[in-house]
Amino acid sequence: MKENMRDKTTQNEGTAQCACPIISSNDFSFYYGTTMGVKNITMNINPCSVTAIIGPSGCGKSTFLRSINRMNDLIPGVRAEGKLVVDGQDIYDKRVNLVNLRQQVGMVFQKPNPFPKSIFDNVAYGPRLQGITNRTALDEIIEQSLKASALWEEVKDNLRKSALALSGGQQQRLCIARALATKPRVLLMDEPCSALDPLATGKIEDLISQLKDNYTIVIVTHNMQQAARVSEMTAFFCLGELIEYDVTSKIFENPSNKKTEDYITGRFG
Amino acid sequence: MPAADSHRPLVLTPTEDIRGFLTLHLGRAALFLVTCTSVLAVFLIFLFVIREALPFLAKFSIKEFLTSTAWYPEAVTPKFGTLALLVGSGYVTVVSIIFAVPVGILAAVFLSDIVSMKIRNIIKPIIEILAAIPSVAYGFFAVMVLAPWMQQKFGFSTGTNALNASLVLAVMALPTIISVSEDSISAIGRELREASYGCGATRMETIFKVVIPAAHSGIIAGIVLGMMRAIGETMVVWMASGNAAQIPSPWWDLSQSVRTLTATIAGDMGETEKGSPHYRALFAAGLLLLVITLCLNMVSEYFLIRAKKAGGKH
Repeated sequence: MKENMRDKTTQNEGTAQCACPIISSNDFSFYYGTTMGVKNITMNINPCSVTAIIGPSGCGKSTFLRSINRMNDLIPGVRAEGKLVVDGQDIYDKRVNLVNLRQQVGMVFQKPNPFPKSIFDNVAYGPRLQGITNRTALDEIIEQSLKASALWEEVKDNLRKSALALSGGQQQRLCIARALATKPRVLLMDEPCSALDPLATGKIEDLISQLKDNYTIVIVTHNMQQAARVSEMTAFFCLGELIEYDVTSKIFENPSNKKTEDYITGRFG
Repeated sequence: MPAADSHRPLVLTPTEDIRGFLTLHLGRAALFLVTCTSVLAVFLIFLFVIREALPFLAKFSIKEFLTSTAWYPEAVTPKFGTLALLVGSGYVTVVSIIFAVPVGILAAVFLSDIVSMKIRNIIKPIIEILAAIPSVAYGFFAVMVLAPWMQQKFGFSTGTNALNASLVLAVMALPTIISVSEDSISAIGRELREASYGCGATRMETIFKVVIPAAHSGIIAGIVLGMMRAIGETMVVWMASGNAAQIPSPWWDLSQSVRTLTATIAGDMGETEKGSPHYRALFAAGLLLLVITLCLNMVSEYFLIRAKKAGGKH
C-alpha cells in the first residue's frame, strides 16, 4: 500500500512541482502555554524537494519543523491554531493517529541519538513497531534503509555491533536510516549536522541531495552555506514569523525583504 | 593595615605566611583524618568479626557450618548448621524482591515519564520517607496488623511467617529501588525518547522498548541495593518471620515460619557467654552475612558505574 503511494509520487515527480504541495501550512500558529512559538505561518512545500528553514536562534524554525510531525506535543501546555496539512490531511485534527503520522513524517535530530542497541535493532525499531517480524522482510528493509543512507558499505559486516561504537557522522546516517525504515514520505531534519565535523557534514549533505528524489526533506539549519548548497526553496523565519519564502537562489542573491538581506549578509542574527 | 596593598609580595615563605600555611596543611590533615575514620571503621569491623569468628572456623567444620540445617547451639553436643538460616535469609530476600521489583520499576516509570514534574517533586520525597521509618515500626505493623489479618483471611497456622516478613521487606526495599531506578530512567534524556516517538512509537512502547532497556544498569543497581537492605534487615524479620530455624517444606510454602541469619545473631547474642562456641558461631554467621553483602555491594557498584557511563553518553 505504502509502496504504491511512493511509486505514484516518483512518477509524478516531474509535474508535481506546482500541482499539489505535500505540506501546506495555512495561517498556522503554535504556542507554548502563553509564549508564542510561531505565528501565522503560511507556506507550501512541494513533494520531493529540499526546503531549508533559516533564521536567528529562537525564531521558531525548530518549533515549526517539530510541528510537522507533532513532536512538540510532548511538551505540556502547547496549543496550535490554524491549519497544517500533510499529504492532504489536517494533522492537528483531534482524531489524527500520531503513530501513523510519525511513520509518514520521519525525523532526524540535532544530536545523533541512536538507541543503545545494535545497528540492526536500531533500524529495525520502526518496522518492528509496525508489526513486521519476518526475518527476511526485516533484512531487506534494513539493507534498503542503510543503502539509502549511504552507510551500508561501512557496516554491512557488523550489523550486530552496538550503534554507540560508530562515529558521530555514522551515527547520524544511522539515524537517517532508522527514520527511512518506516518508509516516510517526509523527512524532517533539525540541524542534522550541527554536531558533526566538516567531513561528516559533507557526507550528510550529499545524502540529502540523493534522498530528495524519493523524499520530501525539510531541514532547519544555522549554516547558511549549507542551506544554499542543499535546498531548492528557503524560508527565512524571524521572531516566530515567516519573513520570506522563495527559491533558494533568490533568497541568497536577491532577497526582497530587508530583514532577510540583513540576516544573509550577517548584519544581524 | 597601611595602604601598601599594591606592594604586597607574591612569593611568601611559610614563616611569612604562617596562617595560610597552617590552614592549608592542618585543614588537609583534619579532613583526611575525618575521612579515614569511616574507612577505618569498616576495616576494624571486618577485623573484629574475623578475629571473633576465627576460633570457630578452626574448631568446627566449615562444610557442616554451611550445609547442615541443624542449628542447636545450646545442646549438649551443640550443632551449628546455618543452612536453614541462610535459606531463610535468601528466601525472604528473594520473595521480597519479587514483590518489590515490578512495583518499584513501574512506580519509577510513572514518576519519570507519566506525571508532571510538579507532581513528581511531591510524590518522590514522600516515597523516600518510607526509608526513614524505623524498622521496628514496620515490625509492629507486621505483628499487630499483617499477622492477624493473614491468619484470618488465609487461615495460615501462624501469622508471623515468610510471606509476612517478605511483604514488609518489600515495602522497605521500595524507596531504594524507586529512587535509584527513577534517577537512571530520568537520566536517559529527551533525545532517546524523541527518537523513539519519531519512529512512530507510543508512550508505552517508548518506555518498555527504549527507556527501560537503556536504563537497565541503574535499575539493576537499585534492585541490588534494595536486596542489600532486605538481607541485612534484622528487626522486621525478627518480629515477622516466626523465627523457626527450618527450611519450609514444601519449599514454596510461604505460610511457614523461617529464621534468618540476622535475626539469629540479634536474638541469640544476648544469651551467649562471651567466648563460648555459640558466641563464636554467631560471629561466623556475621562474617558470612558480611561477605554476602560485600559481594552484593560490589555488584551494585559495578552497575552504578555502568549506569553513569551510559547516562553520560546521551
